[in-house]
Amino acid sequence: MDLTQAVILTIMTAATPLLLAAIGELVVERSGVLNLGVEGMIIMGAAVAFAVAKLSGNPYLGALCGALTGAAFSLLFGFLTLTLVTNQVATGLSLTILGLGLSGMIGESFVGQAGVPLNEIAIPVLSSIPFIGPLLFNQDIIFYISILLIFGVSWFLFRTRAGLRLRAIGDNHHSAHALGTPVIRTRYLAVMFGGACAGLAGAQLCLVYTPQWVENMSAGRGWIALALVVFGSWRPLRVLAGAYLFGAVTIGQLHAQALGVAIPSQFLSALPYLATIVVLVLISRNRRLTLMNTPACLGQGFVPDR
Amino acid sequence: MVEARQDGDDCLLEVRDLTKIFGEFRANDGIDLKINSSEIHALLGENGAGKSTLVKMLFGSLEPSGGQIYWKGDPVEIRSPGQARALGIGMVFQHFSLFEALTVAENIALSMDNDVPIEKLAEQAEKLSREYGLPLDPNAHVADLSVGERQRIEIVRTLLQNPELIILDEPTSVLTPQEADKLFETLEKIRSEGRSVLYISHRLEEVKRLCDRATVLRHGKVTGACDPGQETAASLARMMVGSEVKAVTHHAGAAGDEVLLKTTGLSAPARTPFAVAIKNISLSVKKGEIIGIAGVAGNGQSELFEMLSGEFLASDANAVAISGKPVGKLDISGRRLLGAAFVPEERHGHAAVSQMSLSDNMILARHRSDAKVFLEGGPLKIINRGAVKKAAQRIIEDMDVRKSGDDPQASSLSGGNLQKYIVGRELDRQPAVMIVNQPTWGVDAGAASRIRQALIDLAENGSAVVIISQDLDEIFEVATKIAVINEGTLTEAEPAANMTLERIGLLMGGIHGEDHGSEASHAH
Repeated sequence: MDLTQAVILTIMTAATPLLLAAIGELVVERSGVLNLGVEGMIIMGAAVAFAVAKLSGNPYLGALCGALTGAAFSLLFGFLTLTLVTNQVATGLSLTILGLGLSGMIGESFVGQAGVPLNEIAIPVLSSIPFIGPLLFNQDIIFYISILLIFGVSWFLFRTRAGLRLRAIGDNHHSAHALGTPVIRTRYLAVMFGGACAGLAGAQLCLVYTPQWVENMSAGRGWIALALVVFGSWRPLRVLAGAYLFGAVTIGQLHAQALGVAIPSQFLSALPYLATIVVLVLISRNRRLTLMNTPACLGQGFVPDR
Repeated sequence: MVEARQDGDDCLLEVRDLTKIFGEFRANDGIDLKINSSEIHALLGENGAGKSTLVKMLFGSLEPSGGQIYWKGDPVEIRSPGQARALGIGMVFQHFSLFEALTVAENIALSMDNDVPIEKLAEQAEKLSREYGLPLDPNAHVADLSVGERQRIEIVRTLLQNPELIILDEPTSVLTPQEADKLFETLEKIRSEGRSVLYISHRLEEVKRLCDRATVLRHGKVTGACDPGQETAASLARMMVGSEVKAVTHHAGAAGDEVLLKTTGLSAPARTPFAVAIKNISLSVKKGEIIGIAGVAGNGQSELFEMLSGEFLASDANAVAISGKPVGKLDISGRRLLGAAFVPEERHGHAAVSQMSLSDNMILARHRSDAKVFLEGGPLKIINRGAVKKAAQRIIEDMDVRKSGDDPQASSLSGGNLQKYIVGRELDRQPAVMIVNQPTWGVDAGAASRIRQALIDLAENGSAVVIISQDLDEIFEVATKIAVINEGTLTEAEPAANMTLERIGLLMGGIHGEDHGSEASHAH
């Protein structure tokens, strides 16, 4: 494996959790719900995934429990915002704060212990393709899932009837309700899907990226994922491109520091957000494009009249 | 297919003692209704009479508080729109239930309960739309379509479900007279196929022309059932309103040559893909004149209003002049200080802040233009509560605003009463120029006649008045001159006496006309 391959591989590993959390949030937002609790769901997924993997010795069970934890945690958000119709922004922020605190408590006894890493699974034949084989086909299971999810979500949203109904709910929940589409139920499912994706992203952090538990190890990735959804203007493939771009920035920042490049690391860590602002300015110049892709009901509570 | 049938033999849908209660309010109170097959049945009533509540229960989107629905003689409970569709009930909504960001075909697919591939559905929809003379392009985005075209989508997608009963909620309120004629042809074709139509409207002439039977609602109760062909418009109106509606009266007023409001080549680009560009509008309103601006919704009415009121500024200061002074670059308060007054279309959130009291809503509008009366303490600008309350009370009495409590929240008033208050708030200043967008939209007949009379009186006392309205009857009732707005251009204002309904209809259609929706390019 040469240096280029090694660098690309680290970029992919850095991009995967961003991608997972972002594709989950994309589905949530397409259904018209804004869940700012992504950071909290990631860190909860990470804490539980690490604990389960450590105690059972099975990292796959750990990853599964991480995803389930994310989904369960998002259910709390769903109950508050969808059933009790609380403010989505405030509820999402509280979820993040709660997750950061609770995960610290769960992970306290695991600090400093070696984790149980997820191993690579080489796909026969394909993994021996020169150059791209080791990059694409000799990866851990979470990487494969992340790529399948991107294409799966894209197909689901734009090719299936259920996806069409989900987009319709995000565009105009009153009309969707009038036509008999179950608004609240669909949103619950979307929110839980988003939670599971964020939980899996957390599992990737503590089972693949750095196989150990460190408090606050999500380190703002939830916020980058939220920015990515906007960056990708709610389109899955653009989110894929954005996640790898942001992953590259994250890795580039580490290499730049190691090489002693005189750019403050703070500037580099701010780059994803700056890039998002630039993209926001650019896409908002094309109002039509924005309106066609932005879920018009994003963040609005819905109370069906019965 | 015109056969005389025995009543009751052929009953498609029957409703007995249907009631819907919201909190304390009985929106529907013991409704009885019978719809036979192959008939167009009118449901008549004023705004707020409970028509929409009734049909929402028939379509399963509201749950009845009491009573029973029978479908072909069998008692049924309709719990969801899906269930209504399965029975054979289709609905065309008043406020379209369309999704702007999706294509026509996707919108149609959303209302179908079986999982037909979208491509196939698009084909079916196109075929059906041609059969019924309702041309549609399945791949167009709804956001790019006119209101008439949007309604076609609703009708086509309802027809695709092959319903036996089609409910139409105020379908013509957004159409030109020509588009409405086309709709009537479609409905007659539907009737000739043995299906029934429940037609909701408050327009008496079209009900008389189209419908076989009518049920009239008032305050949530049935007040009459009749054959509209045998009734006069006046007798139907009596059933709807409960008493004679006072006709407005004109007096020979103070006319003059003095131009109080003038626009010269007023233009502005569209601000959003869903907005309309204003193109070279020249208008002049003299003392004592009421100019009525007619047009189909979404042809630039709001944009024009915003340019006249100063919500959006013109690029040229001379494009708008009030009492001879150029105000194109002056903001709302600046224009109000010159004696102008404005009433925007949206009552809640635009003309009034719903969560604030009536007196607070008064200060919000008049804190600059009537600073001398309402503010005291010099530079401190302290609100003189007493003066504000007194003025609010005066308006409430002048305009006969019915409310509960001393100084209630704007949101607690009914639409008609809040509109009377908002119009009264501006009239109280005796403005030299008054511009009102949709003065009586969604307002009951009594309040509407009160508002119209007040506007006429204002003009006769020497002001210049502009009303922008979709209600042609209102324009003919009030205006001395009529202009028509279409796709952001305004025709020259002509004396109302020279205008006919047909001519206005043609002008409203403009270049839009009969052609179908392949004009997806007007958003850049």
